[in-house]
Amino acid sequence: MVDLSVKIGALQLKNPVMTASGTFGYGREYEDFIDINELGGIVVKGTTREAKQGNDYPRMAETAMGMLNAVGLQNVGVDSFIKDIYPGLTKYQTNVLVNVSGSTIEDYIETASKINELEAIPGIELNISCPNVKEGGMAFGVSCQSAEAVTLAVRKVYKKHLMVKLSPNVTDIVEIAKAVEGSGADSVSLINTLLGMAIDSHSRRAVLSTVTGGLSGPAVKPIALRMVWQVAKGVKIPVIGMGGISSAEDAIEFLLAGANAVQIGTANFVDPAVTIKVIEGIKRYLNLHKIESVGELVGALSVEK
Amino acid sequence: MKHIHNFTISSNERQNEEFVVLTLNCEAGELPAMVPGQFAEVRVPNEPAAYLRRPLSIHDVDYQKRQIKLLVQEVGKGTRALCALPVGSIVNLVYPLGKGYSLPESKEVLLIGGGCGVAPLLFLGRYLKSHSIKPRFLIGTRTASSLVSIDAYRELGEVMITTEDGTAGTKGYVIHHPVMRTETPDFKQIYTCGPEPMMRILAKYANKYNISCQVSLENHMACGIGACLCCVTKTQDGHKCVCTEGPVFDSKYLQW
Repeated sequence: MVDLSVKIGALQLKNPVMTASGTFGYGREYEDFIDINELGGIVVKGTTREAKQGNDYPRMAETAMGMLNAVGLQNVGVDSFIKDIYPGLTKYQTNVLVNVSGSTIEDYIETASKINELEAIPGIELNISCPNVKEGGMAFGVSCQSAEAVTLAVRKVYKKHLMVKLSPNVTDIVEIAKAVEGSGADSVSLINTLLGMAIDSHSRRAVLSTVTGGLSGPAVKPIALRMVWQVAKGVKIPVIGMGGISSAEDAIEFLLAGANAVQIGTANFVDPAVTIKVIEGIKRYLNLHKIESVGELVGALSVEK
Repeated sequence: MKHIHNFTISSNERQNEEFVVLTLNCEAGELPAMVPGQFAEVRVPNEPAAYLRRPLSIHDVDYQKRQIKLLVQEVGKGTRALCALPVGSIVNLVYPLGKGYSLPESKEVLLIGGGCGVAPLLFLGRYLKSHSIKPRFLIGTRTASSLVSIDAYRELGEVMITTEDGTAGTKGYVIHHPVMRTETPDFKQIYTCGPEPMMRILAKYANKYNISCQVSLENHMACGIGACLCCVTKTQDGHKCVCTEGPVFDSKYLQW
C-alpha cells in the first residue's frame, strides 16, 4: 500500500491533487462525475468583498492546446458566499480552500477576516495574480513591495493556512515568492494564467471583450514547470504547482520539480473526472517504481550530468 | 444527472456541403432521460487543434435503440474533424447538459430554426407530438443547397421554408414568411434556435403580439457545467451561464 498523503504546512492532504480556483466552481458542479471527498483539496472560486458581475462576453478563446479566459472574477461576494454557499461546502471530507481576491488591501483584509471565522475552511489562497481585473489583482503580484504589503496585512487577520498564488507575468518570480515567504505566507501556489490575446483575422477584432486574457492549459506547462522548479529552490515554504496538468505524468513532473502538491485547472473542462484519474495514475506510478510514499518524489529531479 | 459516456458512431450521413448527421450508439447502456434543447459536450478525437469539447444540441433521441443524433455544421477544425469521423469511431460525451425547452401553455406552437438552429427542433417536435401538440416548423436558410433533409421534420408536422436567395420556399428571412406577416398570428408560442440577430427579431415580434418565445443560445463555452463562467449572457438577474441556466431562455428574461 503506497502512501499518497502530503503535508502542506498545517494542512493534511490525503493525496497531492487539488483543484485550481476558477475551474472547479464550488465543487458541486462536479458531483455527478466524481467523489469530491477523494481529492486532496479543492480551491473554490475567487471571492471578493463585494459581488462582481465580471467582464462582458466573449470571455473565452480556444488556443493551441489551451484557452484564454477573461472571466474577471465574477462571484457572489464574500457575504453571500458565507450565507448561501459555505453551508454546502461543510459536508466535504477534504480541504476546502477559498481563493480571495481584491482591488485594495482593505478589500483583502475584510474578505480574509470574514473567511477566518469559517470553521470548515482550513486555509485561503490569496490571489495576487488575476490578470483579468482592471484594478488590483495582478498589480499586487507583480512587485515585491505590493506583494509583501498585501501578504503582511492579510497575515495579521488570517490565522489559518495562508497560501499565496503567484503571477507568472513578472521578470523574476523567485523574488516575489521570497517576498511573500518573508511576509508570513505558509505556502505559495503557481502559476496563475499567462497574459495573452487572440485576434480574429477575418473580422479584424479581438476575440475577447477585454482584448487580453489569461492563458491556461497544456500550452503553459513547460513555463509553469520551470517556474515551480526555480521557486522551490528559492523558498523553504511548501510549493503547490499548477499549469496545464492533465495526467498523472504531468503531476509527477511538478512534484519532481519541487512541488509538494499540485492543482489541476483547465483539464477539468476537458474531462470532468480527470482529477480522480490523476490520483489513480500517481498510485500506479508509485507501485511500478516501488516507491512507498509520494513525498519521496518531491524535488527528486536529477540534473546531474 | 449528468454522465460521461463513450458512444460509437453507427452512421455518418452527409446532408450537404455544410452539414452532417451523426448517429451515436451508447456503449454504457440505457440513455438518461433528456429534454429537447439540452446539449452534449463532445470531445473531438484525434484532433489536437480542438482542445476543448464542442457543445452540440441533441438533434434526436431513440431510447429503445440507445441512440442519439447530432447535427454537426462544419465551421472550424473541431467540427470538421467530427464530420469526418467514420462509422465505428468512438466519441466521448458529457451530457445531458443545460435546461431545455419547456412545454407550452397553448397548443398553437411554431418552431423556428435558422441554419444549424434546426438541430434541437427535431427532438423538440417529437417531444411536443408525444404530448399531443402538433408542431409546425419554419426553417430559414441561406440557399436551397444548405438546407438539411426535412423528411424527418415533415413526418411530425407542416414544414415551411425561407431562403435568403429564394432558391427554395419564400425568399427572405424567416420573419418575411407569410405565416409571420399577418396581424393575427395563429400561434401563441414560438420556439426558436439560430443566429442571434434572427432570434432578437423574433423576440421583438413575440413581444409585439404578446406571444411567448423560448430561445436557445449558443455562446462559446469551455466546461459546459457552470464551472468556468465563460459562456455568460446578460439577463434580468445579471450575467448567467448559458450552459446551466440555459441554453433555452424565455426571451423576456434576456437583456436584448
